[in-house]
Amino acid sequence: MKHLLSAGDLSLAEAVQVLDTAGQMAQTQSREIKKLPTLRGRTVVNLFFEDSTRTRISFETAAKRLSADVINFSAKGSSVSKGESLKDTALTLQAMGADAVVIRHQASGAPHRLATSGWTDGAVVNAGDGTHQHPTQALLDAFTLRRHLVGDGADAPGRALEGLRVAIVGDVLHSRVARSNVQLLHTLGADVTLVAPPTLVPVGVEAWPARVSYHLDEVIADDKPDAVMMLRVQRERMSSAGGGFFPSPLEYSRAYGLDAHRLAALPEHAIVMHPGPMNRGLEITADAADSPRAVIVEQVANGVAVRMAVLYLLLAGGGAPAGARTETKVDQ
Amino acid sequence: MSSAVPADRSPGTAGGPEGHLPPAAATDTGGTLVLGPAEISRALTRIAHEILERNKGGSDVVLLGIPTRGLPLAQRLARKLAEVEAGLVADDLVGALDVTMYRDDLAQHPTRTIGATRIPPGGLDERVVVLVDDVLFSGRTIRAALDAISDLGRPRAVQLAALVDRGHRELPIRADFVGKNLPTSHAERVRVLLDETDGRDAVLIEGAGR
Repeated sequence: MKHLLSAGDLSLAEAVQVLDTAGQMAQTQSREIKKLPTLRGRTVVNLFFEDSTRTRISFETAAKRLSADVINFSAKGSSVSKGESLKDTALTLQAMGADAVVIRHQASGAPHRLATSGWTDGAVVNAGDGTHQHPTQALLDAFTLRRHLVGDGADAPGRALEGLRVAIVGDVLHSRVARSNVQLLHTLGADVTLVAPPTLVPVGVEAWPARVSYHLDEVIADDKPDAVMMLRVQRERMSSAGGGFFPSPLEYSRAYGLDAHRLAALPEHAIVMHPGPMNRGLEITADAADSPRAVIVEQVANGVAVRMAVLYLLLAGGGAPAGARTETKVDQ
Repeated sequence: MSSAVPADRSPGTAGGPEGHLPPAAATDTGGTLVLGPAEISRALTRIAHEILERNKGGSDVVLLGIPTRGLPLAQRLARKLAEVEAGLVADDLVGALDVTMYRDDLAQHPTRTIGATRIPPGGLDERVVVLVDDVLFSGRTIRAALDAISDLGRPRAVQLAALVDRGHRELPIRADFVGKNLPTSHAERVRVLLDETDGRDAVLIEGAGR
């Protein structure tokens, strides 16, 4: 694993390795001294062309907890607003000696371009590109699912998510979180059902390893999902209020919002997830968001551990990562 | 990014600088037997008594095993301490201390898997921590362990127990309790096999083709 560009690039073994490493990282974060010296002297650049609070802060926290130096770059107030290209920005960062570049970009495929163009020698981590991928979000969701639903209350090292039923509900069309999660959860052996109005289901979804339903109540009643993952309605990617994707916010929330009634219909053990930021009152009501079964705040905490694990696995070793040893045959 | 440096910076080791081997590779036999099961048990019994003697009892003692093979050794020592001294509970004496994230040679090796760290109830503050490892070699693992401990608490003292001391220190570190001093050449390899991880108890020395 030289870069982390897409959740679909991870093999089962690699994905489990990230989750296991994240488990150890999470354990260190309950200590009084949370900082580890592991990446001392390494430089991580957060290259954010698109607005983000939690992902950027999460990556920054993760890198700092591992003692890496962090440089934050946001497109606003930088040379990008003067028209600098991605290439020139990348060459500048390369000249400053970035060991890893964490990139968020509004264009799908920008991280891939950065990783394969030779503009930078550093590891590239995709922190969300357009409507394409957000692999660390999928990993933290998988980590959260494993903690709650596999094993008994604790982290379950070495285990995948075989047989878990996960419903991903909402704006699938614009969601890189949904795309990444479908791939990763499939790799880990979970059954995924996408629930969305027909207008918010992307073309080509039949090729995804997931089922599609237009009816949330049916899925809750028939599938008895172990977890529901509510997606944010991405109004900024729609032209006007609903952009013609749905008649009105009220109608959307009646048909696809998670409220107290639907929460009560879920199985006893089911958990409620949301990648944030939430539109309270649209895709999720306050009842559901603040219920004890919602693990939304814990997802944020787990995000730091997962990103620490990703940075550790990409940056700490000199050779190939342990999980890739069989493919690349380093030393020995 | 660091360039790929060959992993055999410390000669004669494939699994790590202290001679650890993955369990799969440790099943093939070979090399000279230095300690058998009886000798290992006797050495651990002696170390257990030395720990109690040095610390005037075991009430403040915490045994931290360094994975992989330091951990079963620490558990065996704890059982022996509990046998000798009434009132000690073996399970409450043992913890695991993974030092991977504190190593100074991470960049020279393929990415290492991070092991579990578990601190026994009561923590480390104001107690006597006895680090337990199988082979004491360069001393770099122990340096990493000392750093790890200082992030976890402030023990009154830290002592070191090793089943085998094979010499060739690269840092000013010595063991307080040693099972066996084993003079070796740099080209040789010391392998510790334990029942818990390898199916049998043995310490082997391998000639590295000499």
